Amino acid sequence: MRSRDRTRTSSVVARHALLSVGALIMLTPFVYMVSTSLKSQAYVLTIPPQFIPNPATIGNYVQVLTTQNFVTYFMNSVVVSTTATGISVLISSMMAYAFARFRFPGRELLFRLVLVGLMVPAMMLIIPQFILAKQLSLIDSLQGLVIFYVAASISLNTFLLRGFFASIPRELDDAMQVDGANAWTRYWRLVMPLSTPALATTTIFTFLATWDEFAWALTIINDPAKRTLPLAIQLFQGQNATQWGLVFAASVIAVLPVIVVFLIFQKYFVQGLTTGAVKG
Amino acid sequence: MIDSTRPVAVRAAEHPSAARTARRRRLAGRATPYLFLAPALVLFVGLIVYPMIRAFQMSFYDWKVLAGATSTFIGFDNYARAMGDPVFWRGLANSGVYMALSVPPQVVLGLLIAMLLKSKSPSQPVYRVLFYLPVVTSWVVVSLLFKYLFADQGLINWALADVLHLGDGSTSWLSSRWTALIAISALGIWKGIGWSMMIFLAALQGVPESLEEAALMDGANRWQRFRVVTVPAIRPALAFVIVMLVIGGFNVFTSVLLMTGGGPGGQTEVLLTYMYRQAFTNLDFGYGSAIAVLLTMIVLVLSLAQMRIFHGTGQEEG
Repeated sequence: MRSRDRTRTSSVVARHALLSVGALIMLTPFVYMVSTSLKSQAYVLTIPPQFIPNPATIGNYVQVLTTQNFVTYFMNSVVVSTTATGISVLISSMMAYAFARFRFPGRELLFRLVLVGLMVPAMMLIIPQFILAKQLSLIDSLQGLVIFYVAASISLNTFLLRGFFASIPRELDDAMQVDGANAWTRYWRLVMPLSTPALATTTIFTFLATWDEFAWALTIINDPAKRTLPLAIQLFQGQNATQWGLVFAASVIAVLPVIVVFLIFQKYFVQGLTTGAVKG
Repeated sequence: MIDSTRPVAVRAAEHPSAARTARRRRLAGRATPYLFLAPALVLFVGLIVYPMIRAFQMSFYDWKVLAGATSTFIGFDNYARAMGDPVFWRGLANSGVYMALSVPPQVVLGLLIAMLLKSKSPSQPVYRVLFYLPVVTSWVVVSLLFKYLFADQGLINWALADVLHLGDGSTSWLSSRWTALIAISALGIWKGIGWSMMIFLAALQGVPESLEEAALMDGANRWQRFRVVTVPAIRPALAFVIVMLVIGGFNVFTSVLLMTGGGPGGQTEVLLTYMYRQAFTNLDFGYGSAIAVLLTMIVLVLSLAQMRIFHGTGQEEG
């Protein structure tokens, strides 16, 4: 018995050792990024590298926030992400409700069409979408970002929400219908409030995807006043060559909201991943 | 539905005006699902399905970007050009190398970490968050971060030379093809492990503990238990992760664009960066579309294969 206890303890120790080494490797780039953002230019590429900046300076942050229009880019990202997420979750949930609660001609066909959107890589569409955006005069506009981000997120959101809606007992709908509630009331006052977890999942996924999106913004935005954060950070690195301190100060500011959102809502990430993946 | 309308129909027969209301209500009832679908469907068809068809169509044209210039239909010329284009093949090969270097570690390490995290302990959520953090971080930020880490005077060279004593630390990672692909793959692995770990963790919750205990009773060692009990139980998740990672490998774009820009001299170009350059630098939309269509074909075949695998195992279980 005792020897078994000993192997148990040693395996627990080994487990923790392995996990801590792994976690350390995962975390080091982040730590080093924050560290570099607090260094002045002379210290960003030294051998041996400085993990703890000495002297530490917040000069990069000050410069990013005051001289580089960074506040504009940040606000652009906030406006684009929140608008796109709001619209997408609303109209995707309506579509999901139709698929989950009604039988109508063309339902299977339309649902399959929506699922095709899950399989086609977004980058494949970028050339014709660019032409379309040009015809619709959406080049160089935040609306052009929002509307295409919404379109790109419909498939996944509809898929996730339809699955959740279908699991809500239909008897509740029937009971409300008997009381004279129309379809909109049943959708808005019954199904939506009961679906908070699934709505949270889709909201977070869409927000992150739009907050981080780069390729489309790179393609249609030229006007410096319309840049979003990923675009601004990338150009920032181009313009400032190896001013890594500045680049990472900007990066830390861009990444922070995402990490906060993730830490608060991580439970919904797991739910979304598992319903979207293992079941589907 | 039919039952509930019957009394209305009876009433309608007695009062003609009620018949009209009933018909209108029935029509409205039939329109309801389409009204719910309409906003999303209009956007989806207009901005996703239509461009899909257009990409296909454009790939058969010598596409002229300038307004007023006429584009000419050239059949399969763009595809023939791709088949004879060494950069296209190099892009495909580089995408393949990226997959070969990044997919196996993501699967193996993701599964290993998931196994280590399987049993609930107070530290489990903390580790889970730490490993998942790179997944939620923007591609632009992590690409620049890795460009910095792999710089000539960067952290990686220092760690290799002064900590691990491997080589002299003078590798110029991003300026030649193979070392650059290693750096880009390292980023792919670091960013992707958390995702595969999360899928495996969810799958491992579904492995019946009784099986595990029965194998333990039979004196199976850890490796045998893993092979005989765990792997068969999580096979669908395993297939899913591998296929998604392979598809993701074909979609690598931002990290290559930001770390090497496809350079030096197109050496590290992958399919998507090459497509993007053809379209938006050379303004050759037709050729770019042909590359996009070829890529989509590959991805669709993989997706269908994945759905088949899933469907098969799903039926076995059900």
